Amino acid sequence: MNILRKKSTANLPFSETVIELFIRLCGFSCIIFVFGIFFFVFREGAGFLFNGLDIGQFLTSPEWYPTSLNNKRYGTFALILGTFSVTALAMCMAVPFGLGAAIFVSEFCSPKLRETFKIVIELLAAIPSVVWGFIGLTLMNQLIIQVFNAPIGLTMLNGSIMLALMSVPIIVSIAEDALKAVPDSYREAAEALGATRWQVVYRVLLPAAKNGLLAAVLLGAARSIGETMAVLMATGHSVNIPSGPLSWIRTLTATIAAELGEVARGDEHYQVLFIIGILLFTITFVVNLIADLVIKGIRQE
Amino acid sequence: MNYSIEAENLNLWYGDFQALIDVNVKIPHGQITSLIGPSGCGKSTLLRCFNRVNERYGNVTTKGKIEVLGKNIYDADVSLPELRKAVGMVFQRPNPLPISVYENVLFGLRIHSPMRSMTRTESDQIVEESLTSVFLWQDLKDRLKTRATSLQLEQQQKLCIARLLPLKPKIILMDEPCSALDAKGTRAVEELMEVLAGTYTFIIVTHNMAQARRVSKECIFMFLGELIEHRETQVLFTDPKHEKTSDYVQMRYG
Ligand SMILES: Nc1ncnc2c1ncn2[C@@H]1O[C@H](COP(=O)(O)OP(=O)(O)OP(=O)(O)O)[C@@H](O)[C@H]1O
Ligand SMILES: [Mg+2]
Repeated sequence: MNILRKKSTANLPFSETVIELFIRLCGFSCIIFVFGIFFFVFREGAGFLFNGLDIGQFLTSPEWYPTSLNNKRYGTFALILGTFSVTALAMCMAVPFGLGAAIFVSEFCSPKLRETFKIVIELLAAIPSVVWGFIGLTLMNQLIIQVFNAPIGLTMLNGSIMLALMSVPIIVSIAEDALKAVPDSYREAAEALGATRWQVVYRVLLPAAKNGLLAAVLLGAARSIGETMAVLMATGHSVNIPSGPLSWIRTLTATIAAELGEVARGDEHYQVLFIIGILLFTITFVVNLIADLVIKGIRQE
Repeated sequence: MNYSIEAENLNLWYGDFQALIDVNVKIPHGQITSLIGPSGCGKSTLLRCFNRVNERYGNVTTKGKIEVLGKNIYDADVSLPELRKAVGMVFQRPNPLPISVYENVLFGLRIHSPMRSMTRTESDQIVEESLTSVFLWQDLKDRLKTRATSLQLEQQQKLCIARLLPLKPKIILMDEPCSALDAKGTRAVEELMEVLAGTYTFIIVTHNMAQARRVSKECIFMFLGELIEHRETQVLFTDPKHEKTSDYVQMRYG
């Protein structure tokens, strides 16, 4: 039977072969890009990383004096603390709001309102980070000065509010997907046993969707860790071990952004900035990996 | 009072579509009543009125009166959690919650009683009693911590019955409880109903006419949203009054 015979690739129309090739290329290109970026960042920093840099000091010393004339010190401890503290404070605000909003959107609001909310949340996600930085620099700065009677409002608190606003949309949309994925039969079963809607949420949905919700939180955190512009503008950008929400800080990302333009290519300082890049890459990679594993965990159930 | 449920002039619409038309029915106390009829005739809809779980869908309008245990469930002062505590429901697909067997059995009690009002020994005892009444205790006593969703379907369905019992319901509604089970599982659930009837009023929707004849004392036949005939099961099957009923019980509709 002729029609049943498998067509050989040679018989495929030429255009189809080209399209297939193109799509294949697109697919592979993202792998190439990720490895390419990693390779490039690593190559720029590798020389000093393996030869000259005291890694212990790099990670644990708070002394960041890359431009000192006679005693250059490359300690990123204060910067690491800055990144983590501002992220942690941001998550303290973003997680309750984000999960709360996700629960509201997926369980409590009418379908019409839900569409509106989704559009607004997408809009929020689309605001460029420099705009957030701008808001932090002007509006939030004034607000913090007035509310806390602080000398200056460019602080960890300011930065983390901006970061929280940036990661809430991510948390909301991923958490909402996770709640949507809980089969309706669970809600029905609980309601038929007399559960109120709120009991359905905390006794059934939260346990059933916990992996997805955790993934949402982790991806929101990864977003915060990697954010640069807004924290550069809103946190005061000064190397300092933070002592509270009102202290000014500097993050790993902001350091790279601010200093890379002013160093000579190839010198030690330049290489250290790339090593910070490797460090950031590793942190976000680990967080994303955990989030991925957590999401895989949901699918297997 | 001899009736657990009395519905009067019950009409129900999904949007513009009328799914129940002037249904009047009285369900006797402490026995099994079956509900049969062709697909789409409104059996599930009627059943889901009795604990108002229909209202989960936003587009439902109901008119008429349903008295459950002497109280109109559409009165403003009716509490849905209390209604659903008294009127339990078993669904077509077994739907245990994705938590342990133990917690599934206790779920109803936990939502209906204040936090931490049960001691560990009390709850152990309740779990054992409930699982014993559905003949699951022997099978599951060593697996109380396993996730209920990983059990066999038959065990899941029995567990869905078991989790109603701690709430001491008066009425248990069953919507094709055996359609996901094999012959052995079906038999097991039927035996269970027979044992529990008397203590509880059962209403069972079924497509399996042999099952209706086996388990139920009274039988209701519905057709296109209307209640056509409601009589003793044996009489309904051997000597139906309405032509539609006799056509259906002789399998002339699919
Ligand atoms: N949520 C809903 N929205 C709109 N129409 C519905 C809804 N649920 C049921 N219907 C319609 O109402 C009618 C009765 O449905 P119901 O599920 O009560 O039938 P049934 O007798 O239980 O059928 P089956 O034997 O297939 O389970 C059907 O025509 C169905 O399409
Ligand atoms: Mg049905």
